[in-house]
Amino acid sequence: MEIPAELKYTKEHEWLKIEGNTAVVGITEYAQGELGDIVFVELPEAGLEVKAMDAFGTIEAVKAVSDLYSPVSGKVLEVNPKLEDDPMIVNREPFGEGWMIKIEITNMEEVDSLLSADDYKKLVE
Amino acid sequence: MTYIPNTDDDRRRMLAKIGVGKIDDLLRPIPEKLQLKTLLDLPESVSEMDLIREIEGISNENKTGLTLFAGGGVYDHFIPTAVETITSRPEFVTAYTPYQAEVSQGTLQVIYEFQTHICRLTGMDAANASMYDGASAAAEAASLSLGKTRRSKIVVSETVNPLFREVIATYLSGRGVEIMVVPHNGGVTDLNKLEDAVDENTACVILAQPNFFGLLEDIEAASDIVHKVKGYMVAAVDPVAAAILKTPAECGADIVVGEGQPLGIPLNFGGPLLGFFAVKQELVRYLPGRLAARTVDEDGNPGFVLTLQTREQHIRRDKATSNICTNQALCATMATVYMSLMGRKGLRQVALLSMEKARRAADKLFGLQAFEPFFEGDFVREFVVRTPIPAKEIIEKTVADKSILPGVNLGRFYNGMDNALLVACTEKRTTAEIEALGDALGEFSTDAVLSKM
Repeated sequence: MEIPAELKYTKEHEWLKIEGNTAVVGITEYAQGELGDIVFVELPEAGLEVKAMDAFGTIEAVKAVSDLYSPVSGKVLEVNPKLEDDPMIVNREPFGEGWMIKIEITNMEEVDSLLSADDYKKLVE
Repeated sequence: MTYIPNTDDDRRRMLAKIGVGKIDDLLRPIPEKLQLKTLLDLPESVSEMDLIREIEGISNENKTGLTLFAGGGVYDHFIPTAVETITSRPEFVTAYTPYQAEVSQGTLQVIYEFQTHICRLTGMDAANASMYDGASAAAEAASLSLGKTRRSKIVVSETVNPLFREVIATYLSGRGVEIMVVPHNGGVTDLNKLEDAVDENTACVILAQPNFFGLLEDIEAASDIVHKVKGYMVAAVDPVAAAILKTPAECGADIVVGEGQPLGIPLNFGGPLLGFFAVKQELVRYLPGRLAARTVDEDGNPGFVLTLQTREQHIRRDKATSNICTNQALCATMATVYMSLMGRKGLRQVALLSMEKARRAADKLFGLQAFEPFFEGDFVREFVVRTPIPAKEIIEKTVADKSILPGVNLGRFYNGMDNALLVACTEKRTTAEIEALGDALGEFSTDAVLSKM
């Protein structure tokens, strides 16, 4: 199972990729596998301000719905427009084209408290 | 309803089967102090003959056979006999709506056609399988808007049916939602006050078309106001009037709800009614209740199923924006049959006839001495007339003496409107009935009242 070393993770199975003071957020390969076929991803409008571990949206699979949690506090800059028509991108490429939101990080210290790839690996194994 | 006997012996055998000694043992999980230890305070049982006599006596107190000029949300339209004949087929009349695709193709097809009719009538992209009534549909629209926008305030016009507003308030109580009511100016929503009321925290604006006073609202202007803050425009529409008005979709509505009773459902002392609920494509995943869809089976044959079920509590559970998971199937079937029989042309005709007759009634009543229009402005099939004495008294007397229900007493719902009577016409009202209404109300003209003193 893929767990890219350069990313940060949450216990709720989101990943965070830092790009300067912004970050890209998605869900892990493990999470998409547990959910199964994803039928809808409910994403916020750009501009939404979230606190760390606030729900920014929900993800619906055929048999379950989960909240999506923001790993860090900040402002949503962009949401992935492709997921509306083809939510199963998340199943196919959870770490790539299946990203969900881009967020402007307000407090970089919060990044330090996130899980490393090794920590996350221990969590899901 | 079938009478199912339940003898001492039946009870003994049922208890023995589940291994319980006596009925009281079944109640053991309920704390002792909460259990009622005495008998209910009910009269002794009576014979069937006495019971029927008593119930018939109560039933006879109803004043039936009235000529109805009362509307206010439900209307006395003509219902072709075929509506009842088709709807009462045993396949449609069941205790609970069967939704399973493998056994319910007929029901699912009717629901699908109902949704199609509602979309065509409103111009919207998707409609659900129906709701309990227009009021709860309006409340669900508020709930959807609040859930989707994550905001905590809604703005409702005072001209929306007061009963709808009560249900909305009940529905949203305990959720920390602010409901701001915008007053009317001359019978239509005051758009300046609406603009002041709408802010960044406003999830939706709710207006009615035509409004409770029968007047036309400027839905387009209201849409522009709420869209500026990215809130939703909710239009509560009269489906008959909708047949001749610009569609709510064209006016910018995001959610359209309404009371479907005028579409072939009889007046039954207030119920059962029928709610409809339609949205633009972007909100289809937030539709409350059931949604039927057309699909193909393994062999490529067309068929009908429920779809997008992740919306509600099967799967979304506590994250759903609605807890409705059924529909008003029998009444929706009536409406579907009615709309199919009437067609676009027939429904337009019903609306135009109702409007023409309302105009004739208005001319008649406004021409009476001491009666006058309560509001200026364009009305469709219902209007408010200012009465020389409280409308309540006029209604009571006209019902008792002339068997005419002349309208709805607006004093019941609005302060300062005791002398306001809301009068509606449908295609059923004849010229003679309208004349009779005029004559009956003419007796309350000042001169007439004075001359009797």
